[in-house]
Amino acid sequence: MDRVKNWFSSDSSRGLTLIGLPFGFSLLLLAAPMLLIFFLGFWTQDYLVLDRSFSLDNYIEAWTEPMYRDLMLRSLGISAAVTLATVMLAYPMAYFISFHGGNRKALWLFLVTIPFWTSYLLRVFLWKVILGYNGVLNSALDWLGVIEEPLTFILYNANAVIITLTHAWAPFAILPIYVALEKIDRSYLEAATDLGDGPLKSFLRITLPLSMTGVVGAALIIFIPTIGDYVTPKLVGGKDGLMIANMIQVQFMKANNAPLGASLAVSAMGIVSIISLVFLALNRRWLRKRGS
Amino acid sequence: MKSNKNTLKVFAYSYLIFLYAPVLLLPIFAFNDSTIISFPLNSFTFKWFAGLTQETYLQESLKNSLFVAISTSILSTCLGILASRASSRYEFFGKKSILSFLILPLFLPEIIIGVALLVVLMQLGLPLSLWTVILGHTLVCTPFSIAILNSAFANMDMSLEEASLDLGETRFGTFKRVIFPMVSPGLIASLLIGFTISLDEFIIAFFLTGTETTLPVYIWGQLRFPAKLPGVMALGFLMLLLSLILLLLVEFFRRRMNRTTDDQVNVQFGNLFKHDKKT
Amino acid sequence: MIKLMYNLVIYLNMTKKLKTDSKKIIVELNGVVKHFGEIVALDGVSAQIREGEFFSLLGPSGCGKTTLLRLIAGFEQPTKGNITIDGFQMDGVEANERPTNMVFQSYAIFPHLNVEENVGYGLKRLNLGKDETARRVDEMLNLVDLDNYNKRPAHALSGGQRQRVALARSLIMKPKVLLLDEPLSSLDKNLREQMQVELRHLQRSVGITFIFVTHDQEEALTMSDRTAVMFEGQIVQIATPQEIYSRPKSKRVASFIGVMNFIEGQLLKDGDQNTTVDAGILGNVKVNPDQMPIPLNSGPVTIGIRPEMLTLLIEDQDRTEFEIGGVILEGAYFGDMTNYTVQVKGLKSPLTISMRNTAGRRVLEDGESARVGWGADSLVILNKS
Repeated sequence: MDRVKNWFSSDSSRGLTLIGLPFGFSLLLLAAPMLLIFFLGFWTQDYLVLDRSFSLDNYIEAWTEPMYRDLMLRSLGISAAVTLATVMLAYPMAYFISFHGGNRKALWLFLVTIPFWTSYLLRVFLWKVILGYNGVLNSALDWLGVIEEPLTFILYNANAVIITLTHAWAPFAILPIYVALEKIDRSYLEAATDLGDGPLKSFLRITLPLSMTGVVGAALIIFIPTIGDYVTPKLVGGKDGLMIANMIQVQFMKANNAPLGASLAVSAMGIVSIISLVFLALNRRWLRKRGS
Repeated sequence: MKSNKNTLKVFAYSYLIFLYAPVLLLPIFAFNDSTIISFPLNSFTFKWFAGLTQETYLQESLKNSLFVAISTSILSTCLGILASRASSRYEFFGKKSILSFLILPLFLPEIIIGVALLVVLMQLGLPLSLWTVILGHTLVCTPFSIAILNSAFANMDMSLEEASLDLGETRFGTFKRVIFPMVSPGLIASLLIGFTISLDEFIIAFFLTGTETTLPVYIWGQLRFPAKLPGVMALGFLMLLLSLILLLLVEFFRRRMNRTTDDQVNVQFGNLFKHDKKT
Repeated sequence: MIKLMYNLVIYLNMTKKLKTDSKKIIVELNGVVKHFGEIVALDGVSAQIREGEFFSLLGPSGCGKTTLLRLIAGFEQPTKGNITIDGFQMDGVEANERPTNMVFQSYAIFPHLNVEENVGYGLKRLNLGKDETARRVDEMLNLVDLDNYNKRPAHALSGGQRQRVALARSLIMKPKVLLLDEPLSSLDKNLREQMQVELRHLQRSVGITFIFVTHDQEEALTMSDRTAVMFEGQIVQIATPQEIYSRPKSKRVASFIGVMNFIEGQLLKDGDQNTTVDAGILGNVKVNPDQMPIPLNSGPVTIGIRPEMLTLLIEDQDRTEFEIGGVILEGAYFGDMTNYTVQVKGLKSPLTISMRNTAGRRVLEDGESARVGWGADSLVILNKS
């Protein structure tokens, strides 16, 4: 009896009691729905009738139908392109702030985040406004006399999606890379210089490897959620820029084929997870080879 | 060496312009007297702002959004308090896994969360309403709360609690007089972040809302009508201002939280993205 | 419940004429054992601490001294054994119900409160009213030399000031026992020495029992009435500073406190009266029973001599009870004294000898031959292990 009493006032029980509520909430609202989605993919739906018998039909359809396959590949391609572009643009910016920011580092960071305190919807919409046939970019270029005909390759296709998302994810890349760069002890670079490395060499051999955790973090933060983006493809993607999330939404709503939608969703998440894990593993090996 | 720095500088400023480009359009075209969003500009006007006051549906949505945002921020902060306190103060079975699970929503695309919740609710036969939106938003905001409050609680020296007990105070009294005042700046930051995220959240609201819509869903509806666009610009500009003020408040309270616990000033958001916990 | 009984007893005591009984036991530890999972922090600790004592717990890090203090304070409960404070069993009694108060190593000054709010923190529950509380706070601040610091915010205090606020905050509660967890370890040397003196005076003037944890043996010896030396979860010796220094119970205690020379020898007991020790090259020496802190039988023993108990006979006419020849290996000059390392033929390790640099006394050179002098009563006999 004493041991039971002791347990009740012990650290362990207090901790579990406290975390019980948020954990229970998560189990209910996250674990249960996720499980349901997972199982849903193995069922079939005919109009409004849900057939709970196990079937691989939806997964087969998701993976073999050219339409879905192309959509999936395009989504992966766009995500990869966005990740690459965002990180490549963000890195020099983060580097600039960290190494050349001086006293005004906090100010720079603040300035970088302000644009993103507008509604995401509005920002995507504004890009549509900028990139449109009669949009801001075209009308400005026309007004300045740079072009005769409006540019058409910049809207209602994958390019527009990539441009918009590269803009939208910018701070999510800048900040982790900045944090990783800040952690690098400057005396390492001074040591490298002292031992004969020029600025480019010391960057490649010291700064870049040591900041890799930030780069990898940024890449994952961008890549994983981008696959599931709905708003941007819908607003600026036209027909050729639609992504898997748009199809998932269609299946759940108009097409009344929730199981197919579920199988598409689970497949997408599965592919993304595998790619991320492979990426992490490769990265770890690259870092180990460089001896850092 | 100098040329490197200069090219970097040019890049930085150009990049900054790229970042601000869409946002700058808001004030420009919100005050522009034209229904078409393109150059060249016409005359200055306030009429789009005035027009907003006529839109009853807008005001409804705004009210709904505020209701949802406030509820979400309170709920997610409460859950965050419980989780952070448990995480920073106690050791228990499965702690790491439970905490990883709690912050999982940060890494899932919102559409998956929205769709999954929708399916569950429909299976359970529950009607969609603002409350379902609140549930979805709370799920997504709680990880942010946990991140902020974790650092607030972690910064609190345990010997302060023990000192309070040692001086005769009860556990509840200790919470009231020592723990709560010290984490309150973190609490406020958590409330503000939850509020801001919920206010702007579209996808989950889009899936889980019933007949009463939130502001982002309202805006989405407006985007198909070219005539409404300048009004949307005006609205967007106002929302930007509001967000800025909220952001400044968050920063103010976060700094006060760090000063109270004698810590250095951390980078904005830096805490949210730190994958390893610094002791 | 226990608090009610306790308050009743206090009230009754106050109406009786109190005899100041310096022998009264205020804290009693009975076979206290504390396990943290697999780790044994305290392995059966027993002691009796007297009212009004300045009692210190001394030992290296990890010996369990802080754990013991926290058990007395009530932040942990013993795994086995019990603790009695002022005659009351503390089994299951929470920290906020015990007649003890603690000064934490980090001082734990509430950062969101100012000085007077900190000092008056524990008084709030007593509902004394604003005036009485303010009066007591002022009295305490005066005691710790922080008059007029009332409105100073916590973050504007220096290390030494924080420590005094922590003291005031605890003492204002009039505890039976004040527990101090290495309160001086974070102060710089000068401030630390000053605070050692001040704390001692403070304790004397308020007459409260102090239990003081430290790893600094000099500190323990300077301030305490009695010290408990702890190693690995056990108390090895409880005694006055003088006793611990000159009659340590074991080799480990001897080397923890100050420096000691060790020589292997043999104990020869001749009946109960005559005890001689064969100190090898130092010859056979008759020793008194009090030179053996723990009773030993004939056989191999370790002989200990403090460096200041040995002397170098510099002038020809200097004489002591015994002497032996040696060579100066090295001399370390400290201003007020010089520590010599001297090699004596027949002894494996060189001896450390401490000589005061009195006026006119010559400092010896490295390599010089010297005569080492000593007296029989400067030896202490310890267990071989």
